[in-house]
Amino acid sequence: MSDSYYNPKDLKKFEDVGEFGPELAEKFFDYYGAVFEEGALSAREKALIALAVSHTVQCPYCIDAYTTESLEKGASEEQMMEAVHVASAIRGGSSLVHGVQMMNKTKDLSM
Amino acid sequence: MIKSLKTLSHDLSDPAYQLDVLNNYSESLRQQPKFKEKLEEVDLYPLRPTGIEIFQINVGYMCNMTCKHCHVDAGPDRDEVMTKETLEHCLEALRNSDISTVDLTGGAPEMNPHFRWFVEQVSDLGKEIIVRSNLTILTTAPKYQELPEFFAEHDVEVTCSLPFYNKSRTDRQRGEGTYDRSIEALKKLNEIGYGIEGSGLELNLVYNPTGAFLPGSQESLEKEFKRQLDRKHGIRFNNLFTITNLPISRYLNFLLESDNLDEYMDRLITSFNPSAAKGVMCRNTISVGWDGTLYDCDFNQMLEMPVEEEAPQHISEWNEAKLNGREIKINQHCFGCTAGAGSSCGGTTT
Repeated sequence: MSDSYYNPKDLKKFEDVGEFGPELAEKFFDYYGAVFEEGALSAREKALIALAVSHTVQCPYCIDAYTTESLEKGASEEQMMEAVHVASAIRGGSSLVHGVQMMNKTKDLSM
Repeated sequence: MIKSLKTLSHDLSDPAYQLDVLNNYSESLRQQPKFKEKLEEVDLYPLRPTGIEIFQINVGYMCNMTCKHCHVDAGPDRDEVMTKETLEHCLEALRNSDISTVDLTGGAPEMNPHFRWFVEQVSDLGKEIIVRSNLTILTTAPKYQELPEFFAEHDVEVTCSLPFYNKSRTDRQRGEGTYDRSIEALKKLNEIGYGIEGSGLELNLVYNPTGAFLPGSQESLEKEFKRQLDRKHGIRFNNLFTITNLPISRYLNFLLESDNLDEYMDRLITSFNPSAAKGVMCRNTISVGWDGTLYDCDFNQMLEMPVEEEAPQHISEWNEAKLNGREIKINQHCFGCTAGAGSSCGGTTT
């Protein structure tokens, strides 16, 4: 049994998830591949979005994968950090905006 | 001043040791498939030339820079420089050949004392000339500052190194101040028409990753470099060539010191692309070392792996038919040219 929840080597085994259900895995990876192709957004822009989302979902596999991917696609450190701040701002903002609900409720309850 | 591995008598200045590292340094490396096996799988072994089209001459390992990734281990402390006699042998070979392109590399090829004379001679033969310039040399002494005009006069294609479109990444790989000086040189080249549409003067950039990762799409990176360099500096250029860093010499040293070697080799090997293998540059290139020794490519030159013994070993023994029939020498470093979209001195190969 593994003595930790995350092992960097497991990232390479991602495609092996098909072992317990090949059909859905195949559909997923076909879709996944298509999502990251150059489209209306460039592959570099998509890598930066994925990097930001990786931080939001706090997935260490995704952070490793999309840091490398962003570098390979030609993103600069500044662009990568700005992407992380976008994730952070939305994440922080999504907490803070609920403050309105708190204020509404407080006002409802208050004399 | 940063010293070359050779001056430091570093273990990695020994080509045999480098090859041993690539094959045996760790359990992971020992278990990797060999390049020969991968070629056999796709019916390319033994690897043979398709016909020499590019005559690449390494005119010397002397350079004004000491870049961290340099596969040549070039620097100001390297004194291996091609003599006029060897350059004459090159001209003699070119005179008797239909080879269309002469590719001058180094070190900083401009630092060879016979550089201008040689370019003039090759130009008179009607061959296309490519100079691989590090750009910064063009901002140093007056004799180098005058080179852009000289290049234009002889219709030389200038292919120059610029690993990234910003200062921090460029300077980290190539040394403090490199980016600013490269921009200065590029502006000068643009001023006289290089990289400008309709001028006929070709200016290409070479991108190589500034770390332990592979180059992304050449087309996409070219677009981004053009956008960034135009926006920031008004700089134009023709093509961007993406080159994968081969795991030898100083780049191998970086991989070992940063503990990235196993992972990097695994990336290269799992990205083996049969189409890229079919188009490897050693099939249409011959590489001439500073002392006239013949190699399959500049990387084999640095690993001191000359062309096979049945073929002529030295430029003075030039025999194109024999060279075209040779078996190309390979080892694990060759995975650098066959990963993904492939890599060569002219960028991707697929």
